[in-house]
Amino acid sequence: MSESPARIGFGMASPGRNAAGKGAAEEPAEEKKTLPPDARISLAEERAETGIDEVFNSLDAELVGLAPVKNRIREIAALLLVDRARSRFGLSTSRPNLHMSFTGSPGTGKTTVAMRMADMLHRLGYLRRGHLVSVTRDDLVGQYVGHTAPKTKEVLKRAMGGVLFIDEAYYLYRADNERDYGQESIEILLQVMENHREDLVVILAGYKDRMDSFFVSNPGMSSRIAHHIDFPDYTLDELEGIGKLMMQAEGYSFTPKAAKTFREYLDRRKGQPRFANARSVRNAIERARLRHASRMMTTDEAVGRDELTTLKPEDFLGSRVFAESTDETTTG
Amino acid sequence: MRITQGTFSFLPDLTDAEITAQIQYALDNKWPCSVEFTDDPHPRNVYWDMWGLPMFDLADAAGVLAEVNACRKAKPEHYIRLNAYNANYGKQTVALSFIVQRPSDEPGFRLDRQDAHDRTIHYTLHPYAADAPPGRRYNGQQ
Repeated sequence: MSESPARIGFGMASPGRNAAGKGAAEEPAEEKKTLPPDARISLAEERAETGIDEVFNSLDAELVGLAPVKNRIREIAALLLVDRARSRFGLSTSRPNLHMSFTGSPGTGKTTVAMRMADMLHRLGYLRRGHLVSVTRDDLVGQYVGHTAPKTKEVLKRAMGGVLFIDEAYYLYRADNERDYGQESIEILLQVMENHREDLVVILAGYKDRMDSFFVSNPGMSSRIAHHIDFPDYTLDELEGIGKLMMQAEGYSFTPKAAKTFREYLDRRKGQPRFANARSVRNAIERARLRHASRMMTTDEAVGRDELTTLKPEDFLGSRVFAESTDETTTG
Repeated sequence: MRITQGTFSFLPDLTDAEITAQIQYALDNKWPCSVEFTDDPHPRNVYWDMWGLPMFDLADAAGVLAEVNACRKAKPEHYIRLNAYNANYGKQTVALSFIVQRPSDEPGFRLDRQDAHDRTIHYTLHPYAADAPPGRRYNGQQ
């Protein structure tokens, strides 16, 4: 039988195991004896205990830029740590409201940060599970009368204990159609955000201008969200850093010349329409890999490790971005 | 007379904290939970009414407990039980099932004797609650 040791026998809760589970549940309660008023505790130790630094380190290492976002995350973490310390002295702290809205251009890392946020809140003991349930309008809004409420409630139940991440939340509300079922979904969301604050954190994400008009037409939603975090666009240096991280992860490297071309590519691409920050960087690298691969296929010589992992300037120069601009220079 | 059906039924009624712990145990084992209710206490009544659909893909017990509480609110004088289903191949059966609410007053059962041919006697259990039509048993509560 390929079963985990926790389910030997008939898979029933045996009395012995049950008792063990209860003991484990009682332990933290015992540990949380109220400290005397003159006791001193080290916040650094508390910090180490939660393992929160690991999350911060991976945030810093894997996410380039986003300074305001990281600052806000540090502030939230500090608040929760201090609340933990306060509760050890028996000081009552009201549970902070941590519903958030992430606004920013496409590809600025909203989903990635939401995942880290779920992990961090779990480590700090704010969330019981720390999983992320990512949904869009389709998952919340039904197709006929009476379909929306059960659908939304099911998603909310799935998200309990973790983070509910609603991508492109403004699609929930359609101003042009007053019979749209999105409004019903918003009402249920609001109710749960208020009444089940200890069970889940709701994060709404979307582009800045459309989220703003969404909040204007749903003031109740705006006031229930404590943290409006704006994700800034990446600078050229940051985009380059992101590109390098992605290449490393894929096991590719640049020649120095290619690095320069890549930077120039990013500079040009940034000015063009439909630029999606990190996502565009990823696409650029994907296409460079394609060109690299077809270049490899056309050579008759034997190829080694270096050839297979090194991107050259021509892999980027083949891009439409360069083609268009050279057209412009020739014509203009 | 206290009905003893399902797991834990010989123990005092579980508190919400204990129920939460049991639900979490089920969810940690990947058993989806469902809530059912009935006002027919007969032990052979295995088909209880479903309170909503079974709940799949849940991670935390709070979602299930919210449904239990919603059912308690709508059916304050019914029996409510919680089932956890083990869908693993080779099991495919209810792994845990326990009562999370019972009516405030449980009148119990009467033993009926029926004379059959040749002076044989047939015995059957008759719940006093079943004298009233469904929906009006147990203090006339719906």
